[in-house]
Order: sequence, then structure tokens, then C-alpha cells
Amino acid sequence: MSGYDLLLTYLDNYSPILLFIIIALAFGLVTLALSYLVQPKYPEFEKLSVYECGSEPFSDSRMPFPVRYYVIAMMFVIFDIEVIFLYPWAITFHDLGAIGLIEMLIFIGLFVVAYVYAWRKGALEWD
Amino acid sequence: MNEVAIRLALTLSQIGVVMGLVLLTVAVLTLLERKVLSWMQDRMGPMEVGPYGILQPVADGLKLFFKEDIIPAGANKFMFCMAPVLVLVPALIGFAVIPFGPNWTVEVMGVQFKPFVISDINIGVLYILAFASIGAYGIILGGWSSNSKYSLLGGLRSAAQLISYELNVGLSIVGVLLLSGSLSLVHITESQVGGFWNWYAFAFPFPQFIAFVVFLISAVAETNRTPFDLPEAESELVAGFFTEYSGMRFAFFFLGEYANMILVSCMATVLFFGGWDAPLPFLQAPGDYAWITGIIWFAIKVYSFLFFFFWIRATLPRLRYDQLMRFGWKVLLPIALGNIVITSIMAYIFPG
Repeated sequence: MSGYDLLLTYLDNYSPILLFIIIALAFGLVTLALSYLVQPKYPEFEKLSVYECGSEPFSDSRMPFPVRYYVIAMMFVIFDIEVIFLYPWAITFHDLGAIGLIEMLIFIGLFVVAYVYAWRKGALEWD
Repeated sequence: MNEVAIRLALTLSQIGVVMGLVLLTVAVLTLLERKVLSWMQDRMGPMEVGPYGILQPVADGLKLFFKEDIIPAGANKFMFCMAPVLVLVPALIGFAVIPFGPNWTVEVMGVQFKPFVISDINIGVLYILAFASIGAYGIILGGWSSNSKYSLLGGLRSAAQLISYELNVGLSIVGVLLLSGSLSLVHITESQVGGFWNWYAFAFPFPQFIAFVVFLISAVAETNRTPFDLPEAESELVAGFFTEYSGMRFAFFFLGEYANMILVSCMATVLFFGGWDAPLPFLQAPGDYAWITGIIWFAIKVYSFLFFFFWIRATLPRLRYDQLMRFGWKVLLPIALGNIVITSIMAYIFPG
């Protein structure tokens, strides 16, 4: 298959998806715009203040938050990349034979080592 | 040029039908959820609008459409306005790769055309997972831009929960990919055809039932449903990341959540339960009529999962946040990993 054919197949497969994305986006924006045209607008100071159980909001809302969230996000990135590495292996599994199996078992072993390390370091604790 | 026009028209009508069906199902679900919950609690549910309350979704939709859209003072306007769209769009476009019926190619006015899937791309599973991750941005931006403490906390919680359980979704799917040897959802469905013993949840050499349970639990958590609805725990965080939202933007978060529910139900159906395949071969209509029963079976399976979502909402209490994170990272992750190891070894010993 030449490069040109490959490009055509690619376009053939992905142009409906691009079309779908555009239509979904248009649906969202058009609905919001229509709703904006018909809705009442009576802004008041009290109405626009943020909800804090009825009392006057105090201090800034963009407050510092626990570092735990950051740690979880980092671990997600690391582990998710390892998951992505598992996908191509799983697809070609039947062609790779014993070597592929053993190599991936070693890879999963490394995954487990990292996981146990994170566990023992307390990165998975939440309290 | 003519061919391109026909193809465009076909694809557009397909997208129209799929989006219409998804939005219709969302409307049905909002009513069905309240009805199912009510029946489980020995109540009637909505009864006022239309006979037996069946027009309730229309009334709700119209009310939200005509409602004032309040943007709180101090909010980051652009992000506040765009966050709901960022949640809705990824949830909708995931349906582009779901096969709703048999993998047939029909010829319409000289154009080859697959009627039951919008696009059969060879990375279907990755596509859905990738766009599911983008939904997290909408949630966290919506929470952050509202300039409200409840929204910020809800958004953070939501994002942390979403990414934790997304990992488990990704891992639990690997077993299925191993057995099918493809990322295309169409191909995965086709390799399960022929009765329930071929479905990956029960199939030889290693039934993916454990992976399915991990997937289902993670899917419930990923769509922020009870018992994992911590981000919108109304007793603690009012409404979580969409506390400050009203009107149509609120409706979009709602739509996105329900569309996501339908999407994960479709994924569970396709990956583990054979998609449009009938449980027993004689339950599928013969020859050219197979698509009718195919779509019916697909709908039955998807609605069973959706009913399951409502059922556990009526049954289970909410988890505490530390329990939720511990369960995801310390229980589901090792199970999913072990499933991959055992599946790969079994698939090596008994090559299909």
C-alpha cells in the first residue's frame, strides 16, 4: 500500500470522527446561544455572590489544597503510561510467542516493584 | 465529487441518528432513574406531567432551557462558560466507534458504507479512553473557575477519583485485548459472535469475568455514580463541581454524566458481553434480518447495565473518600494486574 492510499484510508476513517466532534461542539454552543437569547437576565449582587451556605463568602476561594491530589496525579501519569505500553503488547501477543510473554512478565514485575514502593512510602494512604 | 457528497450525507445522517438516540436515551434515563428509585422505595415517582409522568424529561429540559444562567462574581468567565461543553463533547463523541449492529457493508448509490458504526478505526478502545480523560479537564476547570470553595473541592476530588479509576479501567481491558488481538471495537465484537460461551466474560481460555467486575466498579466510579458519588456528595459538598452552575450549563453537566453512563454501558457490552450477539445462536434472526435482533440484544444489554447503575444507587450507601481511594489503588489495581498476568499465561498455553 502506497503512502497516498494510506493517507486516503486514514482520511476515510477519521473524517467521520472529525465531523462528529464538530457537530457535538456545535450542538453544545448553539444550545447555549439559544438558551442565552431566551433566558431572563436580572443580575443582583446577592444573586451573583458564590454559595457558602447562605452566609457572606469570606476569604479567597482559590485556596491551597492538599498535596495528596498532586501525588495521585503524578502516580496516575506514571502508571497510565505503563498501561499504554501494555496495549501494543496485548495486541501483538499471539505473534510474539514466549519471548514476548517473558519480557512482559519482567515489565509487569517492574510495575509491581514501583507499585509496592509507592505503597510502602505511603503514597496510597489518604488521611 | 458526487461520491463524496453521498458519503457525507450518509455519515451526517448516521451521526444525527446516533446523537439523537443518545440524547433520547438520556431523556428516558432521567425519568427511568427517578421511577426505578421510587419503585424500589415504594413510591410512585413523578406522576404529574403527562400520563404516569412520562413527559417529565421534556418539562425538565424546557425549564432548564429557559432558566437564568448565573455566572458568579469573581468567576473566570471564559472557563466557566466552556467547562460544561468540555464535559459534554467527549461524552458524546465516544459513540463514534461503538458498533450497534453487525459489521456489514452495504452499497448505497455506489458508495461502500457501514450502517451500524460511524467509523471503524483500528484504535477504538484508545480513542474512547483518551476522550474520557479529557472529560476530567471539564470537571476540574468547572470546579476551579467557579470561585467557590465547594466547587474547588468537588472538582479536585472528582478529578482525583476519575484518574484513579481510569487506571483500573485501562488495566481491566488489557485481558480482552490480549484475547481478541485488536483495539477496534468492531473486531472485538466480531470475535465474540456465536453464543454466550464466546463472550469474553465467559470465554476459554480464561474468562474475563473478574476483569469485567473490576471494569464495572471502575466505570461506576468514573461516572461519579453512587456509591462513588463523592464529588457531588450533597451532604458534604452541596453539589460538588457544579454548585455554582444553573440553567443550560447545569443541564450539560447532567447530560455529560448520563451520556458517560451510556457510553461505559456500551463499552461493557461490547468488550465483555458480545455486543449485538444473541446469548444463544437460535435467538438471532437468520441472514439479512440479523441486524434487527442484533440491535435489540444490544439495547437489552445496555439497558441492563443502566438498570444496574440505578439499582446500586438505591441499595448501597456512599463510601468515605479515603475508603474510595484505598479501594481503587489497593484492591482493584492488584486484581486487574493479576488478571493480566494469568490471562497472558493461559493465552500462551492455549493459543486460540
